[in-house]
Amino acid sequence: MTDIARRDVLGLMAAIPLLRAKWEQSLPARPPDRLPAAFFTATEFQTVRILADLIVPRDDHSGSASDAGVPEFLDFVMTEWPDNQTPIRGGLAWLDRESTHRSGKPFREVTAGDQAAILDDIAYPARAKAEMAAGVEFFTRFRDLVLSGFYSSKEGVKDLGYRGNTFVTEWKGCPQ
Amino acid sequence: MTGRDGRTGRRAGGQEPPDVVIIGSGAGGGMAAYMLTRAGARVTVIEAGPLWWPDENSDMWKWNYESMRRGSSTRTRPFGEFDAGDGGWDIPGEPYTVAEGSKFGWYRGRLLGGRTNHWGRISLRFGPLDFRRKSIDGLGDDWPISYDDVKPYYDQVDQLIGIFGSPEGLPNEPDGIFLPPPEPRCWEKVIQKSAKGLGMTIIPSRLSILTRPLNGRPACHYCGQCNRGCRANANFSSPGVLLRPAMATGRLTIIPNAMAREITTLPDGRARGVSYIDKAAGREMEIRARVVVVAASACESARLLLNSKSSRHPNGLSNSSGVLGKYLTDTVGTGIGAFVPSLMNGKPHNCDGVGGAHLYFPWVMDNRKLGFPRGYHIEIWGGRGMPRAGAMGGMQDRPIGGGYGASLKAAARSYYGAFIGFDGRGEQIPTEHCFCEIDPKVVDQWGIPVLRFHWKWADWEINQAKHMQKTFAELIDAMGGTPTWKVDEDTAGIEDGGVIIHELGTVRMGNDPGKSAVNRFCQAHEAKNVFVTDGGPFVSQADKNPTWTILALSMRTSEYIAEQMKANAL
Repeated sequence: MTDIARRDVLGLMAAIPLLRAKWEQSLPARPPDRLPAAFFTATEFQTVRILADLIVPRDDHSGSASDAGVPEFLDFVMTEWPDNQTPIRGGLAWLDRESTHRSGKPFREVTAGDQAAILDDIAYPARAKAEMAAGVEFFTRFRDLVLSGFYSSKEGVKDLGYRGNTFVTEWKGCPQ
Repeated sequence: MTGRDGRTGRRAGGQEPPDVVIIGSGAGGGMAAYMLTRAGARVTVIEAGPLWWPDENSDMWKWNYESMRRGSSTRTRPFGEFDAGDGGWDIPGEPYTVAEGSKFGWYRGRLLGGRTNHWGRISLRFGPLDFRRKSIDGLGDDWPISYDDVKPYYDQVDQLIGIFGSPEGLPNEPDGIFLPPPEPRCWEKVIQKSAKGLGMTIIPSRLSILTRPLNGRPACHYCGQCNRGCRANANFSSPGVLLRPAMATGRLTIIPNAMAREITTLPDGRARGVSYIDKAAGREMEIRARVVVVAASACESARLLLNSKSSRHPNGLSNSSGVLGKYLTDTVGTGIGAFVPSLMNGKPHNCDGVGGAHLYFPWVMDNRKLGFPRGYHIEIWGGRGMPRAGAMGGMQDRPIGGGYGASLKAAARSYYGAFIGFDGRGEQIPTEHCFCEIDPKVVDQWGIPVLRFHWKWADWEINQAKHMQKTFAELIDAMGGTPTWKVDEDTAGIEDGGVIIHELGTVRMGNDPGKSAVNRFCQAHEAKNVFVTDGGPFVSQADKNPTWTILALSMRTSEYIAEQMKANAL
């Protein structure tokens, strides 16, 4: 292999601050704007927020799904990945019907305890009852979308402890 | 970036046409442009997509959360919205057809540099055995050239472009002129340990990413985003590494958004030039040149040659053998993901590394003892990468069994970094069952007849895929992991043709003009000023990715073109 030429080293030294400056300029000044829902109705969007925050609540490590803009992400992906539209809209309707059946009110209006009772029946496919299958299908899909939105957000990336997307001047491999 | 008249292709009064026109700007076209401009030729490259320079246009360092799409795919960026892979399997206005009973997807790059912008940078040399497989097992064909013919060019490609790796002295996995390889990541060490326990060979990857400065380019800064294009130009892409220096000679003109329609010919059968669609203006242009280099990608080049019919070439250019489009191959691919509990609760650290795995499994087994004649290598993935859309999906299949709330968040945190996977990449043998031809009924948006694909995996390829899955299962067991998806037992999850994006062989090289389209210098048998420098001339796949061989062959052919032009022989 050819020797490292002096100009290569100088080129390396010169390139890094320039690249870093360009990178810093490219960082977003603020999170994406929150817009009114494009797909969900106002009522659906209320349920989406409640359900998303039940899946990802605020804890010691990070904020909730709605703190991280997940409801807006969900509304966006309904248009972006339209195969979700009917299963999610239908699933939200299933949830309200199940809640009304049990407690006389739609999901967004019942107590936290009643909400949890329904989720406990649909959040664990392996132990869910057969008659809950439609709810399980919906919740599995909805949870995937919520986690996808949360853990790809700034909040979620920090929660998981992702430490990359930066310059490493000397790669040392596994630190452990 | 184009010359004064480059955008229209019209030649201003008094200006001579170029010496060479090159169709395509990827590995094969970029290398030809680099070599021929250095040799003193005036060169014009036409590219079907727009200009794209990694140091200006790359989305490196973008956070996925800067977009509501969170880095997920789009129709023309199937590897993710920030990926440098403009084009894809489904380009609006550019259809192709697939014969009944066949499954095939055709990925096309549509940007300067083509598919060199987003590839895995896995830069393996073909080995001595890979050029003479028929002599060994009677299947397929031997190449008209040997490893020794190509070795000097591999050496030059290593030194010009840069590659890291480790000398291993393996029999059919030739060592190159390597920069030092990067140390393995934590998850890679776990795989390495299990592999060694099983007696498997796992070695440092051989990727065209700089771990030391080279030829004025800085070393990698380890952000792991090679597929988005490198702003620092520390990995290989044709625009950053070949076309930039070719531009600097002052002898290269690039015409972007130019879709080749046909190679025009002279009465004696040689090429006169290329007619192309100026996509922006919507009109057809012609560039004349002494030499035409076809490097549009294996299938696109076959299509162009098949569509270049004239009284001297009634079957398409250099196709009296009828071999154009035949013997199409892709790489045999199947993969699996796994959840590995011993990787749970990892210590947060930056494990980005280079844009690809730091280790891989080369093929070292003896096929005579197996139910399939050719080998495969295994690529690995895993780690604490930048989360994007799809992150933490499938919780119902993890130990938590689904759930919600604080316990789900705690589970996600502990699982992050505990997912790994294996991808087998095997050699397919060319047969008469896999080919492309012109579909007589269908044209693209410019009226250019399109390709129709025929595809059938042979039993030995299915057997090879089954062996891959068996090997993955052993590795996952040894790590105490569980697979994250089910693989169909009958097919072993073998991907459809074209999915691995290693199409080769459609403009076959050979000494016999009755059985091949180009000679041992990739020169058309029936039009001596036409050369093919992409994957078209390959006589066989190997259990290696083809790009390094495309580059070496293009360098060799370009050197030959320069000699022949000096000798006035074209």
